[in-house]
Amino acid sequence: MRMTRLEYNEKVLEHFKNPRNVGELEAPDGVGTVGNPVCGDMMEISIRVKEDRIVDIRFRTFGCASAIATTSMLTEVVKGMTLEEAEKVTWDDVIKNLDGLPAVKVHCSLLAVDGLRDALYKYYRSVGIDREDLRPKTHAEGEHHDNVKDEEACQDDPLV
Amino acid sequence: MEISYLDASSGMPTRREVLEAMLPFFTEEYGNISSIHSGGTVPKRAVDRARAEVASLVNVAPKEIIFTSGATESINLALRGPLPHVEESRKKLVISAVDHASVTAAAGAVGGSGYDLSVIPVDGYGAMDPDAFGEIIDDKTALVSIPFASQEVGTLQPIREITQAAHEAGSLVHVDLTMAAFQCLIDLKKLDVDMATLSGNDLMGPKGVGALYRKEGVKLSPIIRGGGHERGFRSGSENVPGIVGMGRAAVISEESMDEVRDHLLGLREELISSLLKIPDSHLNGHPRNRLPNNVNVRFDYIEGESMLMLLDMGGVAVGTGSACSSRTLEASPTLLAMGLSHDKAHGSMQITLNPLNDHEDIKRMIEAMPGIVENLREMSPLYNAQVK
Repeated sequence: MRMTRLEYNEKVLEHFKNPRNVGELEAPDGVGTVGNPVCGDMMEISIRVKEDRIVDIRFRTFGCASAIATTSMLTEVVKGMTLEEAEKVTWDDVIKNLDGLPAVKVHCSLLAVDGLRDALYKYYRSVGIDREDLRPKTHAEGEHHDNVKDEEACQDDPLV
Repeated sequence: MEISYLDASSGMPTRREVLEAMLPFFTEEYGNISSIHSGGTVPKRAVDRARAEVASLVNVAPKEIIFTSGATESINLALRGPLPHVEESRKKLVISAVDHASVTAAAGAVGGSGYDLSVIPVDGYGAMDPDAFGEIIDDKTALVSIPFASQEVGTLQPIREITQAAHEAGSLVHVDLTMAAFQCLIDLKKLDVDMATLSGNDLMGPKGVGALYRKEGVKLSPIIRGGGHERGFRSGSENVPGIVGMGRAAVISEESMDEVRDHLLGLREELISSLLKIPDSHLNGHPRNRLPNNVNVRFDYIEGESMLMLLDMGGVAVGTGSACSSRTLEASPTLLAMGLSHDKAHGSMQITLNPLNDHEDIKRMIEAMPGIVENLREMSPLYNAQVK
């Protein structure tokens, strides 16, 4: 299988090369996990919440350059935001902050946003608030990546 | 920054002496070889000579060589051209599970026009299984198309056994020699195949030229019709500079084959032994029975495109088995056919060498790789969940 170099812009390449907020938080308040290796990308985002604000955030990504860059950008964007602000961040916001992504890579931004929403959902649940609406639809709780045997579960691009 | 280009299967440099042999045919001897006037004389002789040169590389007669626009066209001609001439009852086309996309796509199109398509499975090394093809090739088979070696993982294929089985069943055989002809001694007369595809660029000639070997007597209908060039098998004024370049490249390939093979084998083994020192790394394909220029490795817990991009930033260009660039996110069909899981297939990397690569290129790759793998693993949730 051959691949040509994708047209990533400088900002995406910079975030890929020097991703911000990599790793995991000790005793996080919420951990979101989305994607699976079958699709070629998987993300884990952990958040620390204080007074309804994301005061710290870390991520890990198995995936392509764009998956890494979009998650890195997302963590920068939402760090310091209130929870209310953070849940309104869309994949489009992430792409705009990165000055654009190749069309075939748009799904990465969607996955990053889903990762954050899953972390928010888990946080709310831990404090007794049901925010089912935040839960990513394609990755139900308890569904481990090992259970995904084919590529049907992989998310489609919103744009292509 | 100087680039170590270790992606020969995507593109080969044209040898300088090949380019020099081609140049007069752009600006001075630009005549059409079909012309009756003298403007066509020198180009005609040059094309005749190139035909003999390409034929010699694979030990066939010059009249058995049809020049085309490249391997993809040759493959399409081989897969479609003979079909109108085979018995009505033969409606089956057989390919391998490790063919290049040009074969699978061309075969798929034929399959859509009333032919059954069967695929010969491969073992864990990517080699076709002789037990399996005995059952697949039967008296309904019109044509069997197989690669000389898997381009992706380099594993050499049992050409003789398959050809024999196909001929016993009365089927034609086409072999894709792309990536093999510059580094493996190939005698098509001994292999006894009916058709074979050659790429000009893969001999370190120019892109945009290729050839199809058609054994004398094999009936073939053209897929490109027009003025009846190439004895009617492929119309369109001959790409004289390209053909001359391919001929010159074939001569150099034939003369330098032993030296090139030894050189590539040395580099390949150095790469494999160094890369496999990285923890949780694996070689895809057969350890010995593989193309001298091919290394295909995978690193657990990380993804191919990220590796490729970081290597590129460090001045090393390689290919990836992962198709993360594609919209469907499909993993490599070759690696999946070999039994690898999707995540392992996504973590694979294909390194293919050309004869001009040297130890400096290999050194750059070997020095860059451990840090890249470590960096990506640190970032990988799979690695942290399963190892730490």
